[in-house]
Amino acid sequence: QQSQASGLPEYIKIVEVGPRDGLQNEKVIVPTGIKIELINRLSKTGLPAIEVTSFVSSKWVPQMADHNEVMRGIERHPGVQYPVLTPNLHGFHSAIAAGATEVSVFGAASESFSKMNINCSIEESIEKFEEVAKSARNMNIPVRGYVSCALGCPYEGNVVPAKVAEVSKRLYSMGCYEISLGDTIGVGTPGSMKRMLEAVMKEIPLSALAVHCHDTYGQALANILTAIQMGVAVVDSSVAGLGGCPYAKGATGNVATEDVIYMLNGLGINTGVNLYAVMEAGNFICTALNKKTNSKVAQASFNTGTI
Amino acid sequence: NVVPTPVKINLINMLSETGLQVIEATSFVSPKWVPQMADHTEVMQGINKLPGISYPVLTPNLKGFQAAVAAGAREVSIFGAASELFTKKNINCSIEESLERFDEVMTAARAASIPVRGYVSCVLGCPYEGKISAAKVAEVSKKMYSMGCYEISLGDTIGIGTPGSMKEMLTAVMKEVPVGALAVHCHDTYGQALANILVALQMGVSVVDASVAGLGGCPYAQGASGNVATEDLVYMLNGLGIHTGVDLQKLMDTGTFICNALNRRTNSKVSQASCRL
Repeated sequence: QQSQASGLPEYIKIVEVGPRDGLQNEKVIVPTGIKIELINRLSKTGLPAIEVTSFVSSKWVPQMADHNEVMRGIERHPGVQYPVLTPNLHGFHSAIAAGATEVSVFGAASESFSKMNINCSIEESIEKFEEVAKSARNMNIPVRGYVSCALGCPYEGNVVPAKVAEVSKRLYSMGCYEISLGDTIGVGTPGSMKRMLEAVMKEIPLSALAVHCHDTYGQALANILTAIQMGVAVVDSSVAGLGGCPYAKGATGNVATEDVIYMLNGLGINTGVNLYAVMEAGNFICTALNKKTNSKVAQASFNTGTI
Repeated sequence: NVVPTPVKINLINMLSETGLQVIEATSFVSPKWVPQMADHTEVMQGINKLPGISYPVLTPNLKGFQAAVAAGAREVSIFGAASELFTKKNINCSIEESLERFDEVMTAARAASIPVRGYVSCVLGCPYEGKISAAKVAEVSKKMYSMGCYEISLGDTIGIGTPGSMKEMLTAVMKEVPVGALAVHCHDTYGQALANILVALQMGVSVVDASVAGLGGCPYAQGASGNVATEDLVYMLNGLGIHTGVDLQKLMDTGTFICNALNRRTNSKVSQASCRL
């Protein structure tokens, strides 16, 4: 009732990216067994989607070299989606062979970022994704599209909302069922989030949009709040805020799932997720990685013994 | 660790150069209770008081008020709470009794033409009572405003609030106190501060309390953070095109100074991020 009265979505789908985006940006190579255990624990929290791994060359991303073992080793809970990254057709085929039933492709709203990250222009990357999308369509495999640098680029600085809208539209038109708009370096604020979403919402239906905010400048929750006030109902986050920022030494990256859920619970928005279970999964992986959690909720709760 | 007086003075002087218009300097409370503030007189007398900047100090009772004025204070603050149990544990009396004490300060302040700012603690939750009713917050705020406080700062003392409870609380308070006289004082213990502040701004609040480098942990949750970092707040307001008059770089430099002096890491994410390529 509370959420309806305020014009906010009644239900928000949380897409958990810790095991992929999170671990990929952690320095320590995590043993396969630990990854599988983390994912299995997350499967029991009520999270509807967990990004599991990336079918990319291990030469580029050593952390994800065990993608086959992880994909085959995890428990598959009914009602939970386990998307994987597939940057090209080759990765897509490997993913399917390993049992994947949903894939993701990563575009960017910045030419420089595209060139530095995947060594090709935005247009060239779109062509690769179209191959993936075509094969996926033939096999009834849903494809999620990401747009990086939606609120700023580590190389180009400012990114115009029209460019974000243009790239989003290309991904949506090729068949991506959902477009996740990523504030890759966390520079966005509620002001730039609003302007970007207004531009994108002209091209993509609201129900197909997600936000993927980084907390590098502490703005993530305020940005997510702005997005959900505008009707966005899918939010990406990472358990324990796993994953630093590769562009800012020592800085944080992904927003912590625990902190997002705490806010949504307080707003009376349903997520289906058990906050305490997520905190326990976060505690598990932080212990395994010998690191402190980036979740303030987890920090506060474990210290007072209350939630 | 007790911070040396010269470090405090330098901190305040640096803050005075950032464009900030209000800097809470010290507390005229008994050093037996708050050893960190034992040097209140030296600090008050030692800082550069720049024109156009206000340096309010806490004065929990008449004795503290008189000491503050003698030391040169031109604005004072009093701290109430929306929770009976918190008031009992914190200052060993009921809310009603605390307001009677403040009344003495109000009378003296009025006579001396000294503005008084009122704080209400536990507005979104209490470490002892748990849930706090918005009506209670409105009641205490109204009393303090009626007593003569020019501004009421609503404090989420344990950082437990979310945009939902912030909205509910402000809706109740705004029925009793004009929004122009309201401020929010959010703690970031659960990472909710900026989202809570955003909601307050959307409802018309235009005064926000914050702490450089996010100084100040939470005494109720060991190791947890407390105050929201001024740098992170200013970053958000800049992005929203809201004018604050504050120079973010100078603020970050001030944060760096005090963190070095205290040999600790900043709690400000803006400070931590150094996106240089």
